[in-house]
Amino acid sequence: MTAAQIIFLITAAVILGSAFMVVTTKNLVHAALWLIVTLFGAAVLFATLNAGFIAVVQVVIYIGAIAILFIFAVMLTRRSMTDTGPGLNRGWWLSAAIALLTFGGLVWLVSGWGGFTKAAPAYPSGFDAVAALAHALVSPEAFVLPFEVASVLLLAALVGAVYIAFQRKGEE
Amino acid sequence: MDFWSNPVKFLDDWLTGVFSGWGMAADAARVLTAFVGILVLITLVMVLDIFLVWLERKIVSRFQDRIGPNRVGPFGLIQPFADIIKLIIKENIYPVGVDKAVFNLAPVLMMMSVLLLWAVLPLTSFLGLDLNVGVLYVIGVGALGTVAIIMAGWSSNNKYALLGSFRQVAVMISYEIPMVAALLIPTIFAGSMGINSIVAAQDTWYIVLAPLAFLLFLVSATAELGRAPFDLTEAESELIAGHHIEYSGMKFGLFYASELLHAFTFGGFIAAFFFGGWRGPWVEAYPALGLFYFIVKATIAYWLFGWIKYTFPRIRIDKMLDLNWKFLVPFAFVLVPFLALMHALLRETSFYALGMFLANIALGWATIEILRRRAHGERAKVEGAVEMHG
Amino acid sequence: MIPLSWYLTLSAALFSIGMFGVLARKNAVAILLGIELMLNAVNINLVSFWRYNNPVLMDGQVFAIIVFAVAAAEVAVGLALVISIYRRRNTVVADEIDLMKW
Repeated sequence: MTAAQIIFLITAAVILGSAFMVVTTKNLVHAALWLIVTLFGAAVLFATLNAGFIAVVQVVIYIGAIAILFIFAVMLTRRSMTDTGPGLNRGWWLSAAIALLTFGGLVWLVSGWGGFTKAAPAYPSGFDAVAALAHALVSPEAFVLPFEVASVLLLAALVGAVYIAFQRKGEE
Repeated sequence: MDFWSNPVKFLDDWLTGVFSGWGMAADAARVLTAFVGILVLITLVMVLDIFLVWLERKIVSRFQDRIGPNRVGPFGLIQPFADIIKLIIKENIYPVGVDKAVFNLAPVLMMMSVLLLWAVLPLTSFLGLDLNVGVLYVIGVGALGTVAIIMAGWSSNNKYALLGSFRQVAVMISYEIPMVAALLIPTIFAGSMGINSIVAAQDTWYIVLAPLAFLLFLVSATAELGRAPFDLTEAESELIAGHHIEYSGMKFGLFYASELLHAFTFGGFIAAFFFGGWRGPWVEAYPALGLFYFIVKATIAYWLFGWIKYTFPRIRIDKMLDLNWKFLVPFAFVLVPFLALMHALLRETSFYALGMFLANIALGWATIEILRRRAHGERAKVEGAVEMHG
Repeated sequence: MIPLSWYLTLSAALFSIGMFGVLARKNAVAILLGIELMLNAVNINLVSFWRYNNPVLMDGQVFAIIVFAVAAAEVAVGLALVISIYRRRNTVVADEIDLMKW
């Protein structure tokens, strides 16, 4: 077993374990903190896949913005700091069965595909992925339109979020 | 290989050789050497941190017309060790209702978010990782500090701590935007996000080419560090001590040490981005000399933070967010395209540095003029209203 | 060397765990946490496909970036809705938000 495999297995164990804690912990602030661990594990995976830019962006956006937003939302929607009642539905075992079936189905589906066990091609030496990504994002032959659409979507979503959550004066 | 041209590489190769000589696999020897290197760097940084306590107390005492620590050791240099012994022998207190795991993790994460920055800090031309996403890495590690603060505030089970951490997180998230914009400018000039490449590209210091970007970075970094006049998280008069209210002993010590070290680290980044980092006379011949230049420049930038901290009074949270969203963010969005355009136009000409400097002065003057007109207009409106009622 | 199958299996497992969270949790914020896990599983897939096909083509990374943007938008709107509902009806339990149920 090589060093890369050991790193992958440790990271995968951390990701799956913390993801399990995210969906089962009763205390929602703890769930959000476990989500940070999961996201950090995913960032480590991206780094081992030579996608340094994606790894850092994952930390900046998910941990720096999304996880913090979650913690704020949990605190804003809770009168007391302690939780009461079970965190799961009565029919949670049905959800568990569906999730297991999905996992089995997905693995069965991709394991039938020819490229399932293929090894990574050698990373081209001297290739600057960050520069290539930047060119791909703004070049008219590549992804400039999806990129712009995504930015418009983000703007619209944020304006909508402010409008929805805004408390008008005199309301309650 | 010549030792003085790259001592770190020399020691690295030597140590790897020693480990391989013991019959270790090549990969394992390299990993072990890297760990030894990390350990040495962190130890040196923590020792530096101890002396920063002394430096900080000396700076504040000079600003307040006092002498500062001068009893223990020459010039009071041993004082921080006395402080540390005091902190270590203090009782570890857990207040009622504390979430123990999160409570204990927060100071560690806080210190970690500072120490991680030293991985990319270009101490010399050969020390400091030239990551191709270095600038973004700085921002990303800052996000970990935000998480640490909110963890400390929430787990303390204290409303002052929670309020303090909410304020600080709001400030850190808001001021990240002008900070990213300010860091974009050195990135555009150097054509690289690697911090060591940015230093290597500074034939003229970027403080000459982009003094406005320097000011923008200084203001947003002060807010990001949570130092006065932006130290709303602490605000002794209203919140007692903010997110570290409930911490005692060495856990409080970690928060305090990480704050000082964070300020010094950002001083280092100011030195790297705007003061030319390790560059100086005779550095080409003796690269190790760069460390000396870097430390001197970083200390000057650190002193700048201290100067700001002990000169300006604290401002209110709404004024502070107004300053960010109504002035710094729009200003940053004008500054980045403007400087990028001037850079593209003037790069090939012979008066590049002078032209860039004058362009900055012109933009700064225009900004002040617009603000002045606006303020006069507002004032005339208010005075007119007063006259009508009076 | 790590075969592609490891990444795909990990991502499938993460997706299923997220799906369990979405289906089984009572709290609306917790449901959004599950959606985040599912989106992350997708990203792991996209980046590993980029690496294991031809790293010179940046399509996988570009898609991952767009997933980031979508995730941010989804969280912003989702949490705004949750907070708004909490203000009006004083609950965040998904089962109790049944005004539109026939």
